Amino acid sequence: MIHDGGRVKYLFMNEPAISTNDLPAQDIRLKQIQRGMLRTLPVLMGYVPVGFAYGVLANKAGLPVFHTLLMSLIVYAGSAQLIAVTLFSSGIAPLSIIATTFIVNLRHFLFSAAFAPHLTGWRKRELAGFAFELTDETFALHSTRFAEGPATKTEIFASNITAQVTWVISTILGMTAGNLIGDVKPFGLDYALPAMFIALLVMQVKDRLHALAALAAGVFSVLLLMAGVTQWNVILATLVAATLGLMVEQWTKK
Amino acid sequence: MALTIVGMMVVTFLPRVMPVWFLSSRGLPPLVVAWLRFVPPTVLAALTLPALVIQEGKLALGWNNLYLLAGIPTLLVAWRTRSLFVPLLTGMGLVALARLLGWG
Repeated sequence: MIHDGGRVKYLFMNEPAISTNDLPAQDIRLKQIQRGMLRTLPVLMGYVPVGFAYGVLANKAGLPVFHTLLMSLIVYAGSAQLIAVTLFSSGIAPLSIIATTFIVNLRHFLFSAAFAPHLTGWRKRELAGFAFELTDETFALHSTRFAEGPATKTEIFASNITAQVTWVISTILGMTAGNLIGDVKPFGLDYALPAMFIALLVMQVKDRLHALAALAAGVFSVLLLMAGVTQWNVILATLVAATLGLMVEQWTKK
Repeated sequence: MALTIVGMMVVTFLPRVMPVWFLSSRGLPPLVVAWLRFVPPTVLAALTLPALVIQEGKLALGWNNLYLLAGIPTLLVAWRTRSLFVPLLTGMGLVALARLLGWG
């Protein structure tokens, strides 16, 4: 009894020492993780329907479960994944799928460039981890965050990991639901990709010239498709319209 | 197929990581930056417009093109809210509703 009492007392006596030395640092870390996760909530609102739609559509297009999940895990780019579902199911050449993915995701180059000044002092592999999970939505999220002041790695990674985990879970839910849903059309799920493109496009158009360049790219892309250029229309239209836009911009500046 | 996906990973990851790895000290030439700024809106438009106006390989600009019609309120909502979630639900909801009413 006495011995037991002593043990209890011993443990109790030691608790304050633990909390003053170790817990505060841990508390701060937990707070940062919590803040990072909470900030990600608006992103998750967008990820759940898109990830779900991707899972359902991949299932309906007959893509294997392994490949559907693999894309969410290692490519992790909503629009490219949805496009890939269409391309894979229509038997487009692998090289063309990869080239389309490259062009579609090239915009992330800009996002990454925008963050470079905020991430000085990060190690190469930390930067790689950060960049691996850089999407349109996490870009919007972190731009707002960095505008408020420096953010810790813990908080940023908590955000990114929460976002990707949600993306993967939504994919799984979609794949599962795909087995239960006979047809995606009554739910409007086939409209997830066009609707997401419209929303992303609106977010990216900053001024009139960029809006005009976008319109030109859209028209070129349609014309190329009508002319029978079915695999490279997006890439060609983008290259031509972006270059034309740049020329007009440089020309009007002088 | 898995190999294609690995290829997709490589071409997605490289543009995401190169700038944070190599750009922190020295920037890109201004002309390249100006060109790159045109890429996001143009690539998204080049993807979006065909999805809205082409149906079964043919140009469809009429009232029976549900994708195009639903695109208009979706665009307006996207413009007003600047969010991903609200226009997404608007678009998908309208398409689902229109089909429920027997349209398209």
